[in-house]
Amino acid sequence: MMYNILIQLRQELVLTVLIFLLLFIKLGKDRSNESILNFINAALFINLGAGFCCHETGELFNGMFNTNALIVFEKNLLNLAVLLISMQSYAWLKNSKHLIEFYLLILTSLLGMFFMISSGNLLMFYLGLEMSTIPLAAAANFDLTKRKSSEAAMKLILSSAFSSAILLMGISFLYGTTGTLTFSILTAHLNGNPLQLFAFILLISGFAFKISAVPFHLWTADVYEGSPVAVTSFLAVISKGAVLFTMVNLLYKVFTPIASTWYLVLVVLAAATILIGNLFAIRQDNFKRFLAFSSIAQVGFILIGISGSSQIGSASLIYFILIYIFSNLAAFGVVSVVSALTGKENISDFKGFYKTNPMLSWVLTIALFSLAGVPPTAGFFGKLFLMMAGAAKGNYGLITFAALNMVISFYYYLRVVKAIFMEEHATPIEKLQVPTVSKLAMYICVVGMIVTGLASVVYDYIYSISIGL
Amino acid sequence: MQEIPLSQILFVSTFLFFIGMYGLFTRRNLITMLMSIELMLNSVNINFVAFNKYLFPDNLDGLFFTLFIITIAAAEAAVAIAIIINLYRSHHSIDVEDATEMKY
Repeated sequence: MMYNILIQLRQELVLTVLIFLLLFIKLGKDRSNESILNFINAALFINLGAGFCCHETGELFNGMFNTNALIVFEKNLLNLAVLLISMQSYAWLKNSKHLIEFYLLILTSLLGMFFMISSGNLLMFYLGLEMSTIPLAAAANFDLTKRKSSEAAMKLILSSAFSSAILLMGISFLYGTTGTLTFSILTAHLNGNPLQLFAFILLISGFAFKISAVPFHLWTADVYEGSPVAVTSFLAVISKGAVLFTMVNLLYKVFTPIASTWYLVLVVLAAATILIGNLFAIRQDNFKRFLAFSSIAQVGFILIGISGSSQIGSASLIYFILIYIFSNLAAFGVVSVVSALTGKENISDFKGFYKTNPMLSWVLTIALFSLAGVPPTAGFFGKLFLMMAGAAKGNYGLITFAALNMVISFYYYLRVVKAIFMEEHATPIEKLQVPTVSKLAMYICVVGMIVTGLASVVYDYIYSISIGL
Repeated sequence: MQEIPLSQILFVSTFLFFIGMYGLFTRRNLITMLMSIELMLNSVNINFVAFNKYLFPDNLDGLFFTLFIITIAAAEAAVAIAIIINLYRSHHSIDVEDATEMKY
């Protein structure tokens, strides 16, 4: 009995131990930043490995916390993304006085996400959500002296507090109409009366804030631009991924009685998100803003996949998030290295980048191709499966609309590639000395982007563990 | 003594929620905006307690949820105020209209 808890909670326990270890290192004698960073990267690697050994299905604390192969796999994906981000921000953190605080904040946030994904109760879900957003707001302010950083943090904390208030209002009405907070009992009490539908709309608005789906996306670009690159990639990949996993769990398992309602909501959100994300991405010059709007558009495609409400729907979502981790982190990795070493973050600064930094240019190009969905890269297969899942519902108008928007997205992704390879710059970015660790992370991303698409065993495994409606 | 009906309590809490939302949208001082959010959270607390007392008195889910909301609201306010102080250091103002370097 005792051992069950240790095995089922092991990912959270390893992370908690790591957080406390970092606190003790902070209190202890001064060490060089390089040695601390190497230690943390090794520890995160062990953390990732610990996720893969021995997993077990079950629930703890009276159904508050549950785990199965799918949830363990989702947590492993998030662990992998944190490891990659940590490796990529080596150049930035090497000279920072507060690098341990940075890790404390993002690891606490990750712990919150783990509890959110595993939650079997609305209270646990809310606690996990808040535990994952509050440290992120502090992390967004990590460049304490930069004006933009504090503005971004202010926007993030206010909009996330507002969205969680809306979400809580939804939860309170759900409680009022069903009398329970436990997911499994909640399903039996849902009958689709107007107050429940209202509560559901409030709840889904709270989710839409966190994944920045369109009517609720206004904070995204500003926060992404102002925060340090490492925090931006954390927000864009991990935070979004965790909320999407939870959302699929909730929609497919808990809100099944009102499936026809949430299908409509998802269709409207998806169409608006793809269109607005694409149109705004066209006119951006700051690289982080550009990636922010591109990530908004990607969320739209993901919502189409979720709306398919079949086993393919949830499998294609997890598969796409895996690809999205590799491709987005490769792009952010290059931006992070360039920004840490030169301070340049605009697309126009990348003109003639290929002449001076061929390796980084190729990584960035493959990443952008994968985000756009060009066939040899995995991004193509990810989008293909999402569309297939969406098409299962027979709503071909939406699929056509999404396909047309993919063409628009080619324009802005390829515009960056054109700037890198074909355009000249009077003073291009000089040859950069990329740290070996960051290089390694980029290679992992590139290999991931190519292999995940071609090796069908990955998708087959995800399909075998995922859930349908 | 006559008991106050649930509908009136729900009316008060909903009213409070929208006062908070109105405050958040119209006020330009960051501290006041934070207070408005606290108002919205408190209306949710009233909701939970009222539902628990009137409809489901045999278990205490709603009451405990309220306790957690109060705790987390305090944590959120602490981080938010730290961020606002830092914003004041760089912008010399806590008016949101002054922090508009990033747009569109």
